[in-house]
Order: sequence, then structure tokens, then C-alpha cells
Amino acid sequence: MQRITIDPITRLEGHGKIEIFLDEEGEVANTYFQIPELRGFERFCVGRPVEEMPVITNRICGVCPEAHHMAAAKAADAVYHVDPPSAAKKLRELLYSAFYVTDHTTHFYALAGPDFVMGPDAPVAERNILGVIHKVGVEIGSQVIQARKYGHAVVEMIGGRKVHPCTSIPGGLTKGITEEQRAEIEEMGRWAVNFATFSLKLFNDIVLKDSAYLALILGDIYSHHTYYIGMVDSENRVNFYDGKVSVVDPDGKRIGKYAPHEYTDWIAEHVEPWTYLKFPYLKKIGWKGFVDGKDSGVYCATPLSRLNAADRMATPLAQEEYERFYSTLGGKPVHQRLATHWARLIELLYAAERWVELATDPEITSDNFRAQPTEKPTEGVGIVEAPRGTLTHHYWTDERGILTQVNLIVGTTNNYAPISMSIKKAAQSFIHKGVVVSEGALNRIEMAFRAYDPCFGCATHSLPGQMPLQVTIRDARGEVVDVLRQPC
Amino acid sequence: MSDKPKLAMYWAAACGGCEIAVLNIHEKILDVDANFDVVFWPVAMDAKYKDVEAMPDASITLALFNGAIRNSENEHLARLLRRKSKIMVAFGACACEGGIPSLANLSRRQEIFDAAYHTPSTDEPDGNLPRPNWTAPEGELHIPELYPVVKTLDQVVPVDYYMPGCPPESHQIAAVIDVVIQALQGKATLPPPGTVLGAGGSTVCDECKRARNEKKIKKFVRIQDVQPDPTLCLLEQGILCSGPATRSGCGALCPQAGAPCVGCYGPADGALDYGARLMSAVASVIDSTDPKEIEKILDGIPDPAGMFYRFNLAGSLLRASKAAWENET
Repeated sequence: MQRITIDPITRLEGHGKIEIFLDEEGEVANTYFQIPELRGFERFCVGRPVEEMPVITNRICGVCPEAHHMAAAKAADAVYHVDPPSAAKKLRELLYSAFYVTDHTTHFYALAGPDFVMGPDAPVAERNILGVIHKVGVEIGSQVIQARKYGHAVVEMIGGRKVHPCTSIPGGLTKGITEEQRAEIEEMGRWAVNFATFSLKLFNDIVLKDSAYLALILGDIYSHHTYYIGMVDSENRVNFYDGKVSVVDPDGKRIGKYAPHEYTDWIAEHVEPWTYLKFPYLKKIGWKGFVDGKDSGVYCATPLSRLNAADRMATPLAQEEYERFYSTLGGKPVHQRLATHWARLIELLYAAERWVELATDPEITSDNFRAQPTEKPTEGVGIVEAPRGTLTHHYWTDERGILTQVNLIVGTTNNYAPISMSIKKAAQSFIHKGVVVSEGALNRIEMAFRAYDPCFGCATHSLPGQMPLQVTIRDARGEVVDVLRQPC
Repeated sequence: MSDKPKLAMYWAAACGGCEIAVLNIHEKILDVDANFDVVFWPVAMDAKYKDVEAMPDASITLALFNGAIRNSENEHLARLLRRKSKIMVAFGACACEGGIPSLANLSRRQEIFDAAYHTPSTDEPDGNLPRPNWTAPEGELHIPELYPVVKTLDQVVPVDYYMPGCPPESHQIAAVIDVVIQALQGKATLPPPGTVLGAGGSTVCDECKRARNEKKIKKFVRIQDVQPDPTLCLLEQGILCSGPATRSGCGALCPQAGAPCVGCYGPADGALDYGARLMSAVASVIDSTDPKEIEKILDGIPDPAGMFYRFNLAGSLLRASKAAWENET
């Protein structure tokens, strides 16, 4: 049997590897997306005091430490049965909203943007962030840097540090913000709303007005009929920081909502012997393998999923875009994975609007930013929406608040099965008779998983950035017959 | 290929925060681009691993290596980059000291597996646990094997300089890049090998604005159980703060934000073992001479191994628990 190895960086780096097996006719028989690393947080957090978890677990991922910091803080709140004052929750959510603006900006401009702005068949040398800047103007490059700067400035003001924030503790935060800081945060937030609006206009002008792109988005190759999950508030609007997790079926019908402590009723994880990462699926439906459809428990947790799982957006400008999104793409739910990029920009706008809302909340400068726990610590679950998927932290402690067990289901992991399926489908579409059918095909296979913004920082440690591919085609004896390579 | 000095940056067992800290030097990244030919930086560009292998030895001027050594792949890349580079920098807490992931050195490898694959949400794998070699219906599949213990970079290859921090602060990164650029232009000389770059020579306490009153304590408290005074030393209020043992350089960010120092900048100058230094500092604030009372006060520290060696276990004299070492044959 022939084999094609797609090694995102190289064979020897812990970033994930794709093995494609061909049958006797040279058609794709099967694909394996392997994650080659395990760091063992679930083990070595045992024995640690629970208040340390917000600073220990943010080291799971330096790309989204804010998500782990928040999920850990919420789980620690739950362990102590303490409800933080509303000012504390708002401060945490404000930090988190600013972080989302930074994170989604980085993804769209540096990672996904090149495919759309330059086109999947553009010369490789132009298909990067510099190419994007040349096409749309240098001014945009400086705005992208500005968006990242502002987001990190807010993270530092509330979280104490730009990377790996340190201020969330059980019951709230160690500090609040001053009126001067609040005014500065508000000003930066208003800038971020304009930046997000501009980003959507850019997407509209370059992608949606181009019928070829629209056809690519709406085509079948990048489409999977799966379940979707995403956190919603009490009015079923998208929320990143708090609420219940809504689950919708492939027809878009809500089959339930679960509170953090109910997650094990809904989510289970399947283990395969050829990869360290687990495959979460919907427990009520069951693991049926890497297949689409209503009978398969495979679900997706991405920006697209959150939009599908919610009824609407909580802020006015984002809601307008939300309506345009579904009317353009033919109603809910949207299954086309490439639409995730558009969904991400709608979330970018929502995050920026929410940033301003919270920065102008009269309570945000309150001194009442923490509650002291009074109950005996036991067990608790904290869930937030990480940019790359629903993030669950579950802790058990002894009566001193020392961890006895830890369970983590991290953002990207949710999407491990659907990403694997998307890779297989793209490979089947673009590889025939043992050869990759066109020059742009390698990039089109890449696009299949880039839409999910896979951050194996959470599982291993890959980062947003152009992901190079190397495809090695081997004959039945394992001899290399051809090497295709896509440099950045 | 230009004749500019060559720069490489690589991550091993790490979280990516070091890379984000480098991106956070913002416009300064243009100086890096102007002065270096970036030949290897997987986060930002094609890794060109084979190209690195094909380079003459010592042809890379500067390699910034972040992350600990967790498996054979990490070690392979460390050795390769060492061979190809003139200057090898252990970049960030994980490369310097093992970092948070080296807390795993308190556990056996089997315990790490059991914890990851036996959780309330994980299906019983029926002996189907991940393994290095597995025969799928279509052919052989391989994933690398974990090492029994996490190692620091300098436990695997010689290191020229150390840049501590989790992650190193961006202004410190920018300053180090400036010095290297000046040295390459003959306007400055590089410090002797073994020097810690991008950090201070004193402790976090020296950078901390909180007031110290030489006050001694009768008990340790947990941060969630008290309302600490925002102007006074946290350790003197009974909160275990790692400032006295930790190298300066961050600007005492965490204590200024109301949270204790967690020690991510590693041991201050002259400390042979970080945890031992911190323990002696902590002992000096205890207000008792009665051994029984001292013991009782120390019982108030809920997790001595984790709190004294949070970022430093692999780089400490201890390095790993006996149980973890038993795997190392």
C-alpha cells in the first residue's frame, strides 16, 4: 500500500503529523492525524493547592493562557462554592474580551487571511501576511500590530502580566482597576470596534463579493454535517466567559444545554492507540468513528459552532452581521467549515463591543472585586469558551483545597475528530492515482484544518502561523517516489 | 541567501508563551529582520529542518531555544541546533530550569499515563492506550516515547547564555537583541559564557514596591483566605511569595498586581538550588525558636515540593522524585 506523509514541520517535531495511505489504485484509503506529545498536566497538578491552578494551567498554552486562567479560576470558585462579586466577573470578562480581540485578529490576518486575500493558488511567496499587507495596504499591518498591543495592554492592566496573567484567585481577583485605567481601556475598546468593523468590510469586499471564493466556501469539500456546541447566556446569546453549553444537532435543533458540573453527562472522550490526544464526542449519541451525521457523536466547537449553537449575538453590530451571515449562507446551521473564518470575524466584533460595554459599566471600577470563601472545598468544574473551543477544567480537592484529581478537556481537542475528518475529505478530493492533483492542492488540504485554527499549544504547542507542509509519496515498498513541499 | 548573521528560534516542550513574548516586541521585530537572516523559526516560517541539517556546523550565529526536554525529538533538535550554532541561548524558564512541565518529575511515567487516560470523561481504553508503534490496518504508525523525566536544555547540550522568565519579558528580549546586534557590529562585547542575560543580578524583592518592615510571622495563610494589605510585603503578611529567592528582571509584576511571586525568573545569583534558597528565606521570617512551633508554622505551607520548586524542579539539585528516577534505567 502506498503512503503519503504530511509532516507539518518535520518528522521530528512535536507538532502533529498526517499519514495518508493509498489503496492499490492510488486513491486515498485512510488518513491519520497524529499528535505526538503529552505533558501530563492532569497528573502533576495533583498535590498542588487549588489557588495555584490559574497560574499553573495557563502554562498549558502560551497562546491562550487567558482561557486556562479563567477556566481554572472558575473551577476554583466552584471548588470553594464561592460566587465572586459581579464586579469581579465583569473584570474577568473584560480581560477575556480584550484577549479575544487580540487572538482572533492574529488568526485572521496572519493565518487565514492569506488564503482569501491572496487566493489559494497565489504564488507561495506571496501567500503570507506580507502578501496581505502589500495587497490591502501597509496601514493595515500597523493596525494589526496595534490591535495586538491594545489587547495585551488590557490583559496586563487587569491580569498583571501580558502573557500568563496572575490575578484571578478563588472568589475573584487580587486587584481592581482605577478610573484612569478604565478610561484608557474604554478608548482602546472603541478603537477595537472600528478595527473589527473594518475587518468585516475587508472580508466582505475581498471574499464575499468574489463569486469564486463564495463558491469555495459553499462547496461540499469543506462541509461536514456534525453536532455543534457553544456557550450561551440565559437568553441563548453567544458568551465566552459564562453560561451554559448549548448543543445543537446537524439540523440546527437544540438538543439540550448543560451547566459546567453536568459536562460528564454530555461529553465523553475516545482513545486511539496511534495518537496521544483523545477524541471527545457526545456521550448521548455515542462514538461511531470518524463519520458525519446525526447518528455520530462527533461534534465541533469553533467560532462557527458557537454561532450555530446560539440564537443570536448579544451586541448590536455583531447581531447585524450574524443575520447577514445566515441569510448569505442559506440559514442555520452552516456546515461549511470555511465559513468559520467569517464567524471568527463576527466574534471579533462582538468581543470588541463587549469590551466597550464592560469598560463603561459603572461597576467596573468597584473595590468589591473578591469574595472570601467560607465553605469547605470539595469539587468544581469551570467552563469558558476558548477561541478554539469549549474549555473545561474539573478539579477535586481534599478538605484543605489540595488537588486529588484533575480532568481537562481543552479547546482544540474538541475538534480533533472533525479536523481529522476534514483532512481525510480534502485528501480524497485532491489526491488521485497516487499524485496530488494540482499545485494549489497542498494548500487546499491545509485549508481544511486551518479553518479550525488548531492550536496544539493546548495539546502540544503549535502556534498561529503559516504551517508548512511536506508530502512524501511512498510506493508499496515504502520507497520515496516523490516529495512535494510547500515552503512559506 | 544574504550574508547577514543567521538566527534560529526553536521550541521544545513548551507552551508557546515564549514565542508570543517575542512577537510582543512589536515593531522591534523589524530590527531583527534587518539585522538577521532568520533561517529557522517554525512558528513564523517554514522550518527547513533538512536545510538546517545541511548547514555547515556553527553557521548559525544565534539560536534561541525555548522549552524543556520531554522526549527524544526535543533532544534531537537540541543536539542539532547546538552543533549548527555559535551561540546557544536557553530561552525562558522551561529551557533554563525545566519550568512548570518539570513538576511532572514528581511522578512516574505510568502515573502520567494513568491520569491522562483514566478520567471520568474518558472511555475505558481496553488496553488501547497510545503507544510508540502501532500497526493500523493500512500500515505502521509511530509516535515518540516520553522520557521518564523532564530535563533542562543544559542537561542535554552545553549552553552559552540563559534568559530566564515565564516568559521572558518583552522589553528584556528587545534589550538582549540590541546588545547582540551591537556586538555583531563590533560596538559591544558579549558577556562571558554562562551569563544570565535579560535579567537583573538581585532579587524580585529589590524591584518590589511593597514595604518591608522586617516583620516576622506566626503563621502562613492562603491568598483566598485573607485580604492582604496592598502596600505591604506579602511574605510578611504570611503569604508564601517567592520574591526573596527569585532573580530580578520582571519588575516584580505579580506582587505589584496583588499576587505572590511564583519564581518564574529562576534562582537569584549565587543560589545553587532555588528551593533551598527560598526555604532559607522563608525560615528567616518565622517568628519562633521552638522547633515544635516552627514545624507547626511550616505545616501552613500546603505544598512545599510544588511551591518551592514550581518552575525549577528539573534544574534543581533534586531534579526528580525517586519514583520518577526509578524509570530511568
